[in-house]
Amino acid sequence: MTYVTQEEATAISPRIGNTTSGNTSAKTKSTHASQAEGDIITVTGLSRKFDVSKPWLNRVIEREEKKYLKAVTDVSFTIRRKETLALVGESGSGKSTVAKMVVGLLPPSSGEVIVDGQNIWGGGDLGPLRRRIQMIFQDPYASLNPRWRVDSIISDPIRAFGLAKDNAEIEQRVGDLLRLVGLDPLDGRKYPHEFSGGQRQRICIARALSSKPEFLVCDEPTSALDVSVQAQILNLMRDLQDQFGLTYLFISHNLAVVRHMATRIGVMYLGRIVEIAPSAELFKAPRHPYTRMLLDAVPDLAMSGRPRKMIEGEIPNPISPPTGCAFHPRCPLAFDRCKAEVPRPTNPNSDRSVACHAVEQGKI
Amino acid sequence: MAPPVLSVRNLRVEFPTRHGTLVAVDDISFDIAAGEVLGVVGESGAGKSMTGTAVIGLLEPPGRIARGEVILQGQRIDNLKQDEMRKVRGKRIGMIFQDPLTSLNPLYTVGQQLVETIRTHLPVGADEARIRAIQLLTEAGIQGAEQRIDSYPHEFSGGMRQRVVIALALAAEPELIIADEPTTALDVSIQAQIIQLIKKLCRERGTAVMLITHDMGVIAETADRVAVMYAGRIAEIGPVRDVVQRPQHPYTKGLMGSIPTLEATGDRLLQIKGSMPRLTAIPQGCAFNPRCTNVFDRCRKDRPEPFTSHGSQVACWLATQTIAKTNEEAGR
Repeated sequence: MTYVTQEEATAISPRIGNTTSGNTSAKTKSTHASQAEGDIITVTGLSRKFDVSKPWLNRVIEREEKKYLKAVTDVSFTIRRKETLALVGESGSGKSTVAKMVVGLLPPSSGEVIVDGQNIWGGGDLGPLRRRIQMIFQDPYASLNPRWRVDSIISDPIRAFGLAKDNAEIEQRVGDLLRLVGLDPLDGRKYPHEFSGGQRQRICIARALSSKPEFLVCDEPTSALDVSVQAQILNLMRDLQDQFGLTYLFISHNLAVVRHMATRIGVMYLGRIVEIAPSAELFKAPRHPYTRMLLDAVPDLAMSGRPRKMIEGEIPNPISPPTGCAFHPRCPLAFDRCKAEVPRPTNPNSDRSVACHAVEQGKI
Repeated sequence: MAPPVLSVRNLRVEFPTRHGTLVAVDDISFDIAAGEVLGVVGESGAGKSMTGTAVIGLLEPPGRIARGEVILQGQRIDNLKQDEMRKVRGKRIGMIFQDPLTSLNPLYTVGQQLVETIRTHLPVGADEARIRAIQLLTEAGIQGAEQRIDSYPHEFSGGMRQRVVIALALAAEPELIIADEPTTALDVSIQAQIIQLIKKLCRERGTAVMLITHDMGVIAETADRVAVMYAGRIAEIGPVRDVVQRPQHPYTKGLMGSIPTLEATGDRLLQIKGSMPRLTAIPQGCAFNPRCTNVFDRCRKDRPEPFTSHGSQVACWLATQTIAKTNEEAGR
């Protein structure tokens, strides 16, 4: 079964179609010079703060300033076509906030998200762009409307974007999608509660694929699932990526899952990307002290007896983060400069970049 | 060999419902020795938490122990009366639950809760109890315990709260700790700290631990022995190294293969087809037979009994057959 035919793909986006035909690049000219050919998403200087101050009256009486929680600060990355960029970090590191801003659900405080040359927060008509970006959420129990039958859930994006001529075609497409994710077309008549967690996540994937997207943002897609079911979903996601040339932004706290899925990995700590590197390199030679710490914390399933350093301390409160490098209170290599100055990414536009004074000065 | 701290024999937990009796835990037996950590691992619905609740006598009606015995230090505790069981709970068996916020009372300071627990179970005065409480918090890794003891649970972070819960569980010097998913709600870096802490404190005191979790990684790090549960039964039980590195039951093999690891970068994860059966529809014979790749006739008819093989106990007809064959060949 074909899901996006070559012609369709070319029609949707001339850029991913038949690039050998020569005239495709001439047809579409990138409106943003900053976006290199082959990049689907470019995120620059993305920040988001949330107002967490007390109500006005309390502030006046208690003479308090407004308080802000900086969930994401100055995050930049690019994602190339057909690759998987993963963001890992502990709770409160801002990875889900990044996902929401990239997919267009949450406006950033500053910075831009450029998808195929168009800034999604720059105003203008986003209709056609929205069809090409979809999201898979963490909790398949909360992200499906319990009152809708599965076929209505899956066909909703098709109807919303007007992707089918008539009901017969919609029905056909829903059946195909259900089969694609390993369910039975007859399951479409059921309600979400009749399915297990893994099956629900399959339904979510079918819904995300129904608008024929190119880019999927997956926010902890397997965290709510059992390991054997997680394996099924991860395998399915990789198969679909190969089949349709999908691009993933994959958010997870589980380093092993990320290692399995990602082409490149960005490690987040308190709202910043502290290290970004191709998957294999990150695991072979992590550079940032926080990345090293995270890798050390992963339980040793192979029982190889690899030496582990115990991690000290906890993530600080993001409302009042430490000065300078946010990681310095927990860092074994911290020195004076770390307390005063926020480290900049070493080579922000390359594949491999670290934001750490110690690394910059050659201490590691 | 010293008698085990906890001995569970042929335990069966049933839930009578309008649509028939559901069997949540079906005929399981295991022992835990002093100072030993037994990991109980399985996917949701495998009956691992139900086993823990049955041991501590907190099954919610209509759930009940239909058969079998729970023996703590040679004394049967599954048939104790409510008020006798209350003396066992907290004093002789400590509990650590998944969510530290719900297992602490938000209206009392941490100190009040610790002192109350200590004084309920041990014959000490208020001052002495407070000193003990501070000592416990310090041992649980809470810095500045003298000041922190008067804080309320919401003033602690998740990891710190779990440390308080551990201090509470250990307050009355119990013989057995049941830890039900103690690190599931925590971040990886905190998880490693908490696991180390539980392991260290229990080893020092010689406390037996029943560690219930879905995370094989936690088990590999912490447990001495591990029981793999599937559909209310123990599929395989044995020393952790054997079960993790040389699993014998097809379910354990599948489970281990489906976990992504940092070391292996194989293209696809091993996957077990289908999902765990619901309690209303547990298949006849071996509960795993519809998902098993090596299934044969006997698996569909008879339920396999645990069979000792390479130091582990495996409930699988295939493993039983293989072992019998090798023994036969060795005999010749």
